[in-house]
Amino acid sequence: MMLNAISNNAIPKIRMRDIYKKFGDKIVLDGFSLDIWPGESMVIIGGSGSGKSVLLKCMLSLLQPDSGSIEIDGEDITKMGESDRARINAKIGMLFQHAALFDSMTIWENVAFSLIQGKIMSPIKARDLAVEKMAEVGLGADICDLNPAELSSGMRKRVGLARAITGNPEILFFDEPTTGLDPIMGHVIDDLIIKCVRNPCVTGLSITHDMKSARRISDKITMLYNGKNIWSGSTDMLDRSGNDYVHQFINGLSDGPI
Amino acid sequence: MNPFQPIGAAIINFLESLGKLMQFAYLGVSHGLRRPFYFRLILKQMIDIGYYSLPVVGLTTLFAGMVLALQSYTGFARFSAESVIPNVVVLSITRELGPVLAGLMIAGRVGAAIAAELGTMRVTEQIDALQTLSTNPYKYLIAPRLIAGITMMPLLVLVGDIIGVFGGYIVGVYKLGFNHATYLQNTIDYLEVMDVVSGLTKAAAFGFIVTLMGCYHGYYSKGGAQGVGSATTNAVVSSSILILISNYLITEMFFSL
Repeated sequence: MMLNAISNNAIPKIRMRDIYKKFGDKIVLDGFSLDIWPGESMVIIGGSGSGKSVLLKCMLSLLQPDSGSIEIDGEDITKMGESDRARINAKIGMLFQHAALFDSMTIWENVAFSLIQGKIMSPIKARDLAVEKMAEVGLGADICDLNPAELSSGMRKRVGLARAITGNPEILFFDEPTTGLDPIMGHVIDDLIIKCVRNPCVTGLSITHDMKSARRISDKITMLYNGKNIWSGSTDMLDRSGNDYVHQFINGLSDGPI
Repeated sequence: MNPFQPIGAAIINFLESLGKLMQFAYLGVSHGLRRPFYFRLILKQMIDIGYYSLPVVGLTTLFAGMVLALQSYTGFARFSAESVIPNVVVLSITRELGPVLAGLMIAGRVGAAIAAELGTMRVTEQIDALQTLSTNPYKYLIAPRLIAGITMMPLLVLVGDIIGVFGGYIVGVYKLGFNHATYLQNTIDYLEVMDVVSGLTKAAAFGFIVTLMGCYHGYYSKGGAQGVGSATTNAVVSSSILILISNYLITEMFFSL
């Protein structure tokens, strides 16, 4: 979490410019633009169906935007070939909404997946590293050989986080990190996210509509509405945004422009 | 409303799906031919598709052979041509019934399982997770299944052919009163290499069809449990229909040789 990184770097870690994406006649992203600087923890807020997940999938190259550019470290990932995308993906760790653990594998195999598949290290060493990463997110080695189905949703999310940080990524994406968790477990996950993104070498981007969580884990907040970036600013400024849409959303008001 | 509009839309949809399927097949096959190869996954799929399907294929072809011997006896006895029953059984099993029945059974067992597994992976974002972990899902999920389908189906059908002929032999010898040596002699004498080759060629094609349709419908499934259910049904129905169509085309091809 460091804002002073901006002055030292001319190139944003992630730069999105005029991103358009539509499915059939429905426009989901309508010229969205945003810069995320190295070391920042950015949270994108917005209602259900506002295009947050589509935006995240575009950044992960899971979806191709109809137009616009997404640059990571100055390289436009929308025009990249398969091998370059794999190189960029290696810089990224992702925590999915429901953790997306591979249910055909044990917990440690999930955490060490990228190490084993990438043949970065032997399975024995990979298991040791997986145990280390699991300890970082508060999980004991006793669950190593369990299957994901045997864990609670909070524990699955922690395993997902351990998997995301195993490759020491420069960028961490979090998709609705606290959705479906009880308030205490939500807080625990938030604390783990803060721990991860406090590393100055890590840039964080979360999408959520949980405002308590958003305030806790962010340096900056951006609001996505109707596919557009309608407000962006530091978390401290959120309550003084002067934007009616933001005001209605963060206070959960039924009356307003949304 | 223009009455041709729904027809046009249906045709466009069909062509679009066909193009998508062709592209999917191309990506699956091309990744199967390029490094890195996931040998452990290929072996696992071979065991799943080949070894675990043996009982189903064996039982199906055994009873098909037995029924075939009985039914051909009913027909050929009217022309006093009972002696050709071993030939009819072996030709029908190797050229036609072995590959087709095994193909349809594998479509039900393996095609459905692949579609359900990949469909669940899709709706729970596991396929997206694979991509974010720098693993190509075509190489990791699709190619091993296609390779296992193409290689294991001919082996399954070969075993099925032997069991099917054995089923005909049991009925011929113990029920219809054939001399066992004569039955086996007739079976071997009239069987040509091309009979077996044509059946095994069909089997490889059916193996490709079943795994491709299972992978395709599973990979593109959406909408939660209902979507996975639809993907499973579509995989079995489409692969069964394609098996019957391609069966005719391959038979026609060998017929002209």
